[in-house]
Amino acid sequence: MNSLIPLFVIVPLATSFLIMILGKFINGFQKTITPLVLLFLTVLSFYCLLNNHSNSYTYAIGGWEPIDNIPIAIYFVMDGFSLILLCIISLIGFLASVYSISYIAKFTSENNFYSLLCLMITGMSGVVLSGDLFNLFVFLEISVISSYALVAFGTEKEELEASFKYQVLGGIASFIILFAIGLIYWRTKTLNIADISALFHSHETSTFDLFIQILLISGFGLKAAMMPFHAWLPDAHSSAPSPISAMLSGVLIKAVGIYVIIRLFFTMFIVSEEISLLITTLGTISMVIGVLLAIGQWDIKRLLAYHSISQMGYVVLSIGIGLVLLARGVKPTVATLAIAGGLFHMVNHAVFKGLLFLNAGAIEHRINTRNLKEMGGLSKHMPVTSGTSFIASMAISGIPPFNGFFSKLIIIIAAVQAKFYLVAFLAVFVSVITLASFLKFQRYAFYNKSEHRSTSKIKEVPFPMLFSMIVMGILCLAFSLLAFPGIREQILGPAIDVLTNPNQYVQTIIGI
Amino acid sequence: MKGMSIIVKKVAQLISGLIFLYGIYIITHGHLTPGGGFAGGAIIAGAYILNILAFGSDAMNLKNKEQGSSLSESLAIFIVLMLAVFALFIGSKIFFANYLPKGQLGEIISAGAIPLYNIFIGIEVAAAIITIFLALVIFKEEVKK
Repeated sequence: MNSLIPLFVIVPLATSFLIMILGKFINGFQKTITPLVLLFLTVLSFYCLLNNHSNSYTYAIGGWEPIDNIPIAIYFVMDGFSLILLCIISLIGFLASVYSISYIAKFTSENNFYSLLCLMITGMSGVVLSGDLFNLFVFLEISVISSYALVAFGTEKEELEASFKYQVLGGIASFIILFAIGLIYWRTKTLNIADISALFHSHETSTFDLFIQILLISGFGLKAAMMPFHAWLPDAHSSAPSPISAMLSGVLIKAVGIYVIIRLFFTMFIVSEEISLLITTLGTISMVIGVLLAIGQWDIKRLLAYHSISQMGYVVLSIGIGLVLLARGVKPTVATLAIAGGLFHMVNHAVFKGLLFLNAGAIEHRINTRNLKEMGGLSKHMPVTSGTSFIASMAISGIPPFNGFFSKLIIIIAAVQAKFYLVAFLAVFVSVITLASFLKFQRYAFYNKSEHRSTSKIKEVPFPMLFSMIVMGILCLAFSLLAFPGIREQILGPAIDVLTNPNQYVQTIIGI
Repeated sequence: MKGMSIIVKKVAQLISGLIFLYGIYIITHGHLTPGGGFAGGAIIAGAYILNILAFGSDAMNLKNKEQGSSLSESLAIFIVLMLAVFALFIGSKIFFANYLPKGQLGEIISAGAIPLYNIFIGIEVAAAIITIFLALVIFKEEVKK
């Protein structure tokens, strides 16, 4: 298993360069190789997830052995938590690339598109695998820089403006993150996460450490579009081509934002109660304000982008509750439940938000508008799009038996048991508003009579797009199974173990 | 963009060869002295850019050159990756392992595979910088038209 780890980075990276070399000479090379490679990665990541026995695999690049128990190599670390992320990255990446076969055909320079998509996947896989702060930063830059280019892919005025805004804010975030990494290096003289963790756990937490933690929360909060830092997200996610919006909203903000916050604050720092309350508050604020901003939107993709902020708020607040309880050292079972709810909602959000963006792309592909007021009556002409988008809307609003219901239920139960009554109430309230907002989407897009255009010529979208949407629709139902005890322990259990015992992570690297 | 005067053209021709050689020196001594693939590649790109500036963009068929440099950039970076992947198949079977004999410290042929990485990174960086420069020039020409 250990020797499989670097494949997650090598394979998409090599594909992206191969596309640039061979794509010019062989017709259709780019659109066959990308889905195949991503399918291979999906199979590989699910194989690793299901055969995850020791729950912690490390790989020292270059074969450098630790000297006096000080790790000097660059480490890749694969454990339950990063495996879940790897599975979503490659799965959503695969479905988005299949969808792109028809969707991107109307653009020129397809080679650049697929090459950048592969680079983005390389970067995200690298972020979740890296056991080293500086390489985490490098992989993060690989993925966000390719996403800047992908957001501007349409090269219209609006898209370039969105990409520019994203670049400026992303640049500020990267600067803050690099500054924080520099401060950590100054303080600990090492960049290996496990090594830093061991040093932090053997010293008192000083004000300096708190400063670093605040910097990291702001930097990765900007990447994850948590509430005070969200300004770039609605523009960037709505302007990108739809499969890329699905990747950005479904995977990128999790892999480079939420994942890193969780990994660093659970594993690396000794978290004080104040910082964990701060994280919970940020999550709650983004959950409430995100949905309030979403309800007035008439552009479908903008509406979905604001809902991404709100749903990420659920994940962050749930993880935050787990962190508060762990910092207080009380009620470990409730902390486990809260973390499970957060991770579960993260997986679910990737699937249903990805599906919703693909639906929005299908509508845009056929009628060339994103304005809800100009749509209507599409359910007769596009039955599959309508059906899958109904599933996804119900999943995001938390209607049983779809997956969103179970994860929201776990989050609310955990909040009540942890005596965060206000947060639990707000979570229910936001869920109701989400339902209202998606009923509006359903009614205006699919069921209303259209007054603006004749709908008779509209056809269903081609097969590759349908394939991705149907698979994601099935997954929306299938992921509900993760709520049941036997399956939950198999898939989410290892990830929760990793987060609740940080010592295990440290020991596998330092104690080799 | 028109070319400059004959004095500038002659001096650029004379100097650019020396700059090119210096870039090669920096790249090949990357494992012994400060510098390496990135620094040397930037210097080599400088030699090309000097010539383009002196002779003007009309004198050369820039679109074809841009495609060539972009292709050689992709090829070079692909070879760098393959050099690292090659280590998966021989010796210790570890990604990025240094599989060639290390040699004597201070010799030009030493340090295993590191000089090879330096050379291809040098080609990649030179090609990338030229591609960026040509893209800017071509963009400016297109705006004028």
